[in-house]
Amino acid sequence: MTGSLAARDLSVRYETLHGSVQALRHVDIEAHPGEVIGIVGESGCGKSTLVTALANLLPANARVEGSIVYHGVDLVNLDAHRRRLLRGDEIALVSQDPMTAFNPVLTIGDQLVDFQHHRKDLDRSQKKARIAAMLTRVGISDAEQRMKSYPHELSGGMRQRMAIAAALLTDPGLLIADEPTTALDVTMEAQIIHLLRELRREYNGIIIVVSHHLGVIAELCDRVYVMYAGEVVEGGEVDAIFHDAHHPYTRALLACDPARFPDRLERLPTIPGTLPNLTEPPAGCIYASRCERTLEPCRNVVPPCVKLSACHIARCHGVCG
Amino acid sequence: MLTYAIKRIGLGLLILTFVMVVMYTAVFLVPGDPASVALGPRATPELKKMLIERMGLDQPVWWQIVEFFRNALTGNLGYDVWSNRPVSTLVMEALPNTLVLGVTSLAAALLIGVPLGCLSVVRRGTAADAIIGVLSVGVIAVPSFVVAIYSLLLFAVTLRWLPAIGAGETGDLVSQAKALVMPALAIALGWIGYIARMVRASMMEVMGEPHIRTARSFGLPEWKIVSKYALRIAIIPTISLVAVGLGSILSSAVFVEAVFARPGIGRLVTDAVNTRNYPVVMGTVLIMTAIYVSITIAADLLIARLDPRVRDVFRD
Ligand SMILES: Nc1ncnc2c1ncn2[C@@H]1O[C@H](COP(=O)(O)OP(=O)(O)O)[C@@H](O)[C@H]1O
Ligand SMILES: [Mg+2]
Repeated sequence: MTGSLAARDLSVRYETLHGSVQALRHVDIEAHPGEVIGIVGESGCGKSTLVTALANLLPANARVEGSIVYHGVDLVNLDAHRRRLLRGDEIALVSQDPMTAFNPVLTIGDQLVDFQHHRKDLDRSQKKARIAAMLTRVGISDAEQRMKSYPHELSGGMRQRMAIAAALLTDPGLLIADEPTTALDVTMEAQIIHLLRELRREYNGIIIVVSHHLGVIAELCDRVYVMYAGEVVEGGEVDAIFHDAHHPYTRALLACDPARFPDRLERLPTIPGTLPNLTEPPAGCIYASRCERTLEPCRNVVPPCVKLSACHIARCHGVCG
Repeated sequence: MLTYAIKRIGLGLLILTFVMVVMYTAVFLVPGDPASVALGPRATPELKKMLIERMGLDQPVWWQIVEFFRNALTGNLGYDVWSNRPVSTLVMEALPNTLVLGVTSLAAALLIGVPLGCLSVVRRGTAADAIIGVLSVGVIAVPSFVVAIYSLLLFAVTLRWLPAIGAGETGDLVSQAKALVMPALAIALGWIGYIARMVRASMMEVMGEPHIRTARSFGLPEWKIVSKYALRIAIIPTISLVAVGLGSILSSAVFVEAVFARPGIGRLVTDAVNTRNYPVVMGTVLIMTAIYVSITIAADLLIARLDPRVRDVFRD
């Protein structure tokens, strides 16, 4: 089963002892079956918050406003039981850190069998056969043997393959990978990207890939949303974002991309300044304090969402449609 | 794993030796001549001399210890000063009753405490959690002699459901089980609270780990996450706690056997101390320490079985 996904005016707050962190503010995104969507932005921009909200896995201190409609169902107002039924069946999340994603005292095989609990039609041996086939598909040789391993006996790259296999085993309509390569070294990263590229050819649901690494996004995605301090500041097709970026933040990100510097640099360039305090986000444009071309209204008027082409948008006073 | 086991057993033997050395030195240091205390004021010098020789107290302490271990290795724990029966026979007669009491108490504490701890976690923040919390702290605070005396008054005197004393008729399982209820309750009640608290605390910590989020992201039901994914890890500190606590369970058994006039190691050792029957005291202490040490080793091996990471650390 596959269907479209749309988040409308989605905001998430985390209630903490130090006040309420506005981690996500008025986000609109959409995705259609067969598409690979990228979400990019510096660390702390709310990328994980966004995808965790999409996967219905926000922690107890999170408060959600707005709507997330997947396949005609509003996920925000779903009761807890139906939410759980969607998780690991329709929606699968490959989380950030493969080192800690699996239970350390159970074998991988045991966990992967449990993760298929929605498939009441299969018995244990059929589930094991599916696991073996899936592990082979994600490039793990001696699958039978690996199923008997404990997580700490596997390398990081191997565990990330396992995590991807686990997600695919559930035949999800929406597959979310939150920084799937961040914890890996360069060789492993290339292998995992290669694997994801292979997978997208035979998969017809939605894939959402989160990364702060532009190269990963460029290689995998059809469309990209650029996030800054809890807002989507620019969105569009990969080509438009990489070659015709309008928002100053996107441009700054591109300028700092290590892939642009063929010779190894002593220090990578970074965007000057720091993220604003999300407990009291500034009025006007949230990027104003770090922007290189601040205009008159930037400090106190919220910038409009400018439509640059059919699916290219930017939220900036400096761009005109 | 094998070297690990051997190391642990070696350490256990060392503890055993240490305990016996302390025991013998203590006898030597206790003021008053044991023979006169044991025989009372009317003892004749000949009688005293005979008793001292029979207990080996005329020998230097180190020689007594060496002799004790040499005999123990051949299965001879010495002889009761008064009845002249072998100490090993006395211990073997009393041991089953005490073991049944200890194992029943421990099993009851685990079978009730662990599920209560889990329930607290599944229903965290609700009234059920609060009630379990208050009751746990409550039962930990109540000393076991209070439980023993109140349950005696309630179940034996007022309601007359359970026998007040003894270990039940030999060969009659129902009567033995009835006689076991109150002593086991007296020992187990506090432990139920301890274990429930301990399981709740370590499980709350485990529930915050990322792999639990993974299990959730696959939509596994909460009870399954708690009972399989979290409990396997959270139970480990509880196993260590219980293994260490076994010493205190055995010492409460001494006292509980006295209250309920239950035959067992507790009675044996209390009587022996009162009558300065040193061979019996020494033999019993040796056996009890050996049991305690073995259980600690078994717990460590069980932990290594439950946690593959620990297992790998000790892999040869
Ligand atoms: N459980 C939480 N409680 C409070 N604040 C949180 C929580 N999770 C994330 N945050 C805050 O929300 C903001 C966005 O975090 P996150 O979504 O993890 O960003 P990213 O994935 O882009 O690095 C950060 O400021 C972070 O500190
Ligand atoms: Mg993140």
